[in-house]
Amino acid sequence: MSVATDERTELCGIELEHPVINASGTFDALAARRAFGDAAWERFPFSAFVSKTITLEPRAGNPPPRLFEAAAGMVNSIGLPNKGLEGFAASDLHELGELPVPLIVSVMATSREAFAEMIGTLADRDEVAGFELNVSCPNVKSGLIVGAEPSETESLVESLRPLSAKPLIVKLTPNVADPAPIAAAAERGGADAISLINTIAAAPWSAGSRSEPWLGAGSGGLSGPSVREVALHAVHRVGAAVGLPVVGMGGIETGRHAADLLAAGAGVVAVGTASFRDPAAGLRIRDELRRFGGTARASGDPHR
Amino acid sequence: MSATGFDHPKAPFGRRLATVEMNAPTGGYRLVSALDSEGPDPAPGQFYMLATERGWGGVDGRPYLPRAFSVASAERRDAGVRLDFLLESVGPGTEALAGLRGGDGLWITGPLGNPFSAPRDLNPRAAGAILVGGGIGIAPLAVLRRALSRRGFPHRALLGFRDRAHSGGVSELFSCSEVRLASEDGHAGHRGYVTDLLETMLDGDSAATAVVYACGPPAMLEAVRAMSLERGVACELALETPMACGFGACFGCAVPLAEGGYMRLCVEGPAVRADRIATAATAGAGHR
Repeated sequence: MSVATDERTELCGIELEHPVINASGTFDALAARRAFGDAAWERFPFSAFVSKTITLEPRAGNPPPRLFEAAAGMVNSIGLPNKGLEGFAASDLHELGELPVPLIVSVMATSREAFAEMIGTLADRDEVAGFELNVSCPNVKSGLIVGAEPSETESLVESLRPLSAKPLIVKLTPNVADPAPIAAAAERGGADAISLINTIAAAPWSAGSRSEPWLGAGSGGLSGPSVREVALHAVHRVGAAVGLPVVGMGGIETGRHAADLLAAGAGVVAVGTASFRDPAAGLRIRDELRRFGGTARASGDPHR
Repeated sequence: MSATGFDHPKAPFGRRLATVEMNAPTGGYRLVSALDSEGPDPAPGQFYMLATERGWGGVDGRPYLPRAFSVASAERRDAGVRLDFLLESVGPGTEALAGLRGGDGLWITGPLGNPFSAPRDLNPRAAGAILVGGGIGIAPLAVLRRALSRRGFPHRALLGFRDRAHSGGVSELFSCSEVRLASEDGHAGHRGYVTDLLETMLDGDSAATAVVYACGPPAMLEAVRAMSLERGVACELALETPMACGFGACFGCAVPLAEGGYMRLCVEGPAVRADRIATAATAGAGHR
């Protein structure tokens, strides 16, 4: 494992300059380049870029409001707005190929066939270093949330495995009693890595005049510092249950938080909501992580 | 950007610490000034994400996300650009910002978003601009007002406030302007809505040579949008929605488009043409 003197690492064959990547849907490399100019790419804050989740067909996303500021974090119900596979492959992918870091494409579908079409279409694109399978969604045929059922997860990964030689990272939801059996199922299906956690199901509500859910879609997912210990627990459980590398994420705001997740069993960490507060948060967290020597357990009493 | 348009500067990458120079009351609002030693001059209508250096994250864990604020005025100095923001304490984030003192640190990311269009980009025959502001929403119009003055482009401002407690900034931000006021409680100017003044003015003007810019509460903006569309008047609105990041990453600031679907207000706005959107009555208040 990497140490402070050499922070280079790798994620199932994808070479990384350092162990800090982004969580899908929390950084838009193309929008950042437009807002901040080339500096956003020259000082790219992550050692790999995980795209926002794409789906087979274009999606408009959920009706607003989509955001709620929670205690130490936020609830979002964005609804995966994206251009769809064709739009992504025709426009965004080319520009993303110029990124100074490897590109991991996040994909989601509600059927095995749609997943297969996306992986099949993108598998031979040189711009793509690997895939993240977002399985926090139902299979329309079985009605089951794929990432909540070991058998669904295993058979999905098994069916996609032959379609690409590139790494398949399975992104797990924390909205299950225990993520370890799901991770083990993904491993049996042929996954190359596990990433977790996705957001925690949440629904802000207001009493009084507005006696309805706050969010336009009714419910959403909690992220930010408030989920940090949930992530540590899930990463530790999964790290102990599988032999695959784990991408740990959830509430990382500082290098110390990143070091804690690495100590809990992650090989690579992903920064999510913190990028909303500072687009360059990933750079600071990487620098701070160096002081912890990459994987060393952060010292100090959290109750101080 | 057209030859007549405003420059559209890009923000430095990453948030940076500005120093608060002043926090002064203006009516029921606060005018907070901070010196940004690194960034470019913002264009009219652009905004910044703001968070206090200290005390961000109170007893209940809020505020957590930065808050989006339009610049109310910007003045280039030797040491940087002085940015003024018009604030009202209506929640934990705005309370922390409104409590800033001289010398305090203020995290800023920006300038962000698309500026207002130049009048003749909205209407090639534009002969004069009407600026319609409501409450705290007068801020971006103040920057626009100065830009139009520098170009010698004729303009009038119509500013409306709910009551004395929800007013301020007029004398600081709109001095040397032709201003008409409205207030719902009648404490200043016309008793009623600022859109009453707009209607009267449009009745006397030729729609063919008018251009309207507006910023204010959602209900006011929706009234301005409907009025301008009905009369065929070129109109641009500066909107506000809950926003986590301000730079296109979170997709939280969705505004419904007239053609269906949504735009991200932070990167496609906050200044948007009235005919582009399905409604200006954006859902959900700001994070406050």
